[in-house]
Amino acid sequence: MTTKKEPIWIARDLAKCSGCRKCEIACSLFHENRIWPEASRIRVFMLVPGADFPHFCAQCEDYPCVQSCPVNALSISKKTGAVLVNAEACIACGKCIDACPGRIPHMHSEGKHILICDLCNGDPQCVQVCQEGGWNVLKKVPRKDYAYKLYARTPEETTRDLAVKMYGGKAEEFL
Amino acid sequence: MILGYAGKFLEVNLFTDKIKEVRFNDDVLRDYVGGRGLATKILWDRLGNKWEKVDPLGPENILLFLTGPLTGFFPGGRICVSGKSPQSNGVVGSTVAGEFGVELKCAGYDGIIVTGKAEKPVYLLIKDSDIEIRDASHVWGKDAKQTVAVLTKECRNLLKTRFPQKGEWKEPAVLYIGPAGENRVRTAVVAAKWTHAAGYGGYGAVMGSKKLKAVVVKGTGPLPEVAGMKRVKQLIQAVCEDVYEDDLWRRWGTGAAGYEVGAKTSSEPVRNWQEEWHDEKSYGVDQFENRVWIKKYWGDFGCPTTCLKVAMVKTGPFKGAITDNPDYELQAYLGPNLGIFSPEENVFLTSLIDDLGLCGIQTGNVLGFAAELFQRGILIKEDLDGLELKWSDAEAFATLARKIAFREGIGDLLAEGTYRAALKIEQKKKADVLKYAVQSKGISIGAHGIRSGKDYPEILSYACSVQGGDHTSTACLPLNDSRSELIMIFHDSAVYCHFNIFGIPRKLKFEFYKAVTGLELTQEEWCNTKALRILQLQRAMLLLGGPDLKWNPKIHDENPPRFYEPLPSGPCKGKAVYKPRFVRDKRRYHEAVGWDENGIPKSETLRNLGLHDVDKVLEKLR
Repeated sequence: MTTKKEPIWIARDLAKCSGCRKCEIACSLFHENRIWPEASRIRVFMLVPGADFPHFCAQCEDYPCVQSCPVNALSISKKTGAVLVNAEACIACGKCIDACPGRIPHMHSEGKHILICDLCNGDPQCVQVCQEGGWNVLKKVPRKDYAYKLYARTPEETTRDLAVKMYGGKAEEFL
Repeated sequence: MILGYAGKFLEVNLFTDKIKEVRFNDDVLRDYVGGRGLATKILWDRLGNKWEKVDPLGPENILLFLTGPLTGFFPGGRICVSGKSPQSNGVVGSTVAGEFGVELKCAGYDGIIVTGKAEKPVYLLIKDSDIEIRDASHVWGKDAKQTVAVLTKECRNLLKTRFPQKGEWKEPAVLYIGPAGENRVRTAVVAAKWTHAAGYGGYGAVMGSKKLKAVVVKGTGPLPEVAGMKRVKQLIQAVCEDVYEDDLWRRWGTGAAGYEVGAKTSSEPVRNWQEEWHDEKSYGVDQFENRVWIKKYWGDFGCPTTCLKVAMVKTGPFKGAITDNPDYELQAYLGPNLGIFSPEENVFLTSLIDDLGLCGIQTGNVLGFAAELFQRGILIKEDLDGLELKWSDAEAFATLARKIAFREGIGDLLAEGTYRAALKIEQKKKADVLKYAVQSKGISIGAHGIRSGKDYPEILSYACSVQGGDHTSTACLPLNDSRSELIMIFHDSAVYCHFNIFGIPRKLKFEFYKAVTGLELTQEEWCNTKALRILQLQRAMLLLGGPDLKWNPKIHDENPPRFYEPLPSGPCKGKAVYKPRFVRDKRRYHEAVGWDENGIPKSETLRNLGLHDVDKVLEKLR
């Protein structure tokens, strides 16, 4: 069990993703009060049908995105371990996208600031809906001293892995 | 402006490449809602006075892709495809699941109206308000999986190059046709992903006739504003909780029925409906789950059910075939209906049907029809280009399906669909083959029979429906019953998946409509006025028909002859539709919806609904 006081992490079992995108709906409702898939901090990619998966911040142990920000618009939440975006300070330069090994941050549709998962202040909405539906792709766990950076993969990399896992040699035809 | 709508539609003329925005006033949206209802209105207004002359596969037909106000909000997003149907010559609201409707609304459009015909293959790319008609020569001829792969990559690369500041672009949504649509096969689908299809209506052929290979859309905005977001959230939760409670569809998908509908309700097509019962445990859903499923839950935008599963054949001659569950309809039509009771063979045929861009129901029906004619010696090997079309021979059916998709040899005839093929074979062979055609008004009957009386459709369901054999739009009395066609018109017009409504209170969908649009709507008002108006318009265009076929209600408001033959096997052996009861119920239905003794909408009915112009045009049928 985790309490709100300790840093958390969202454990992920990508191969179980149904592609229902309820995480996108929950995230955008929480942050934007709209259903807005492209403004969701977690986005489900389906570059190959069936190989759907959520793409969202892995909270790397060395936070390369935070270090790359030229205007200090990114910081680390002491409470949760999440990367926090100061939307007013952000100049939408995109340097954090290039710094992220998984190219996970993406620009808000209105183009003024970057979007990165903030762990909903310790109560991630995406986890809630994923658990409610019983898909259990996402699970809230205490943050440990693990190599979370492994999970910062580009959509292409993860797609390849999942497609091969599902379709074996046939996957090459779809990539 | 009514909330829940993006507020504008895109109209694309493929003759002139002109693209414009169109708007409908609030009264039209209030009355016709969206999807199927609005399609009916648009088609009547633009083509009604010349309907009989409009060739569904000619450039004068209009192809529609329409969302509804609930698309994206009600769990389970869909899009409605419509136009003049090359199957019924009427209007079918054919919906398909996927992200397309949501992406379109997020791009700022409620729908797309396509007119004219392109000179060479094209596809439409929509990124918010940037619209482009692009060359599709390189994907013309490609199958479903290749088309999705090429267009997803190509369009994503374009977005990345044009808008690099965004970061990684998610894939856009794609609606497309396979070779069958390109070759104007009347049983061709408009498809999404690999396995999702708008099959009823035959709009894949319409898309092909316009040389429109695909429509690709990426919207970056939010879904439109709603009247009460708090209420919408509560209602989403209510629908989801209901679905989570009843695990049936989630756990097994509709494919659980491949065994059950045969064994338990005796209403599954077996060898072209010669039987509707089987007890083949080899076809149990557990066999599918253990042998071919490689993903247990697969779904579309916002769906709590995720009834799809991904299946792949792992061993044997069909190794590598990939499709979804298959769902019940394709399990039945490409399984028992062809004498096939093996999960691997069923997955193989379903995968092939997907790849060719054919409708599994309509094509499974015509394949079964041909096989029965072979069984009876009416079609012989020479008629079938040397093919021995024996029951349970998956390879033979695959060969014939390919011939249909490419209109080769006998495939060219069968590509016309069961009813039209039957008429031609009848002429050629001087034999009554219509009695083996299990269809209604040019549309093959869904895989739910009516003889046993144990499944949901009834003796009127297909005979009196304005969408013929469509099992998702069936007629019944009383008109306000939850299985009534008037209620099904609501699902297809508000455009969401009706698979998420089974357990919820009936009025919840109207509460949802209110929370999104801000408009009060009761079930009573819906059934008595708005849905009835849409139904009359659909009926009017169905009866006007043409140019190749017309329906006479006295003859064609009828069940397939097969449904009057007693079931030959199983616990419901001997059961059949009792003709006098059907005649009585049909009369009652015609009265209830305001049609005269010939089945034509009465003047009074039409005038009461404000459809004076329809009344005038129908004068010639009376």
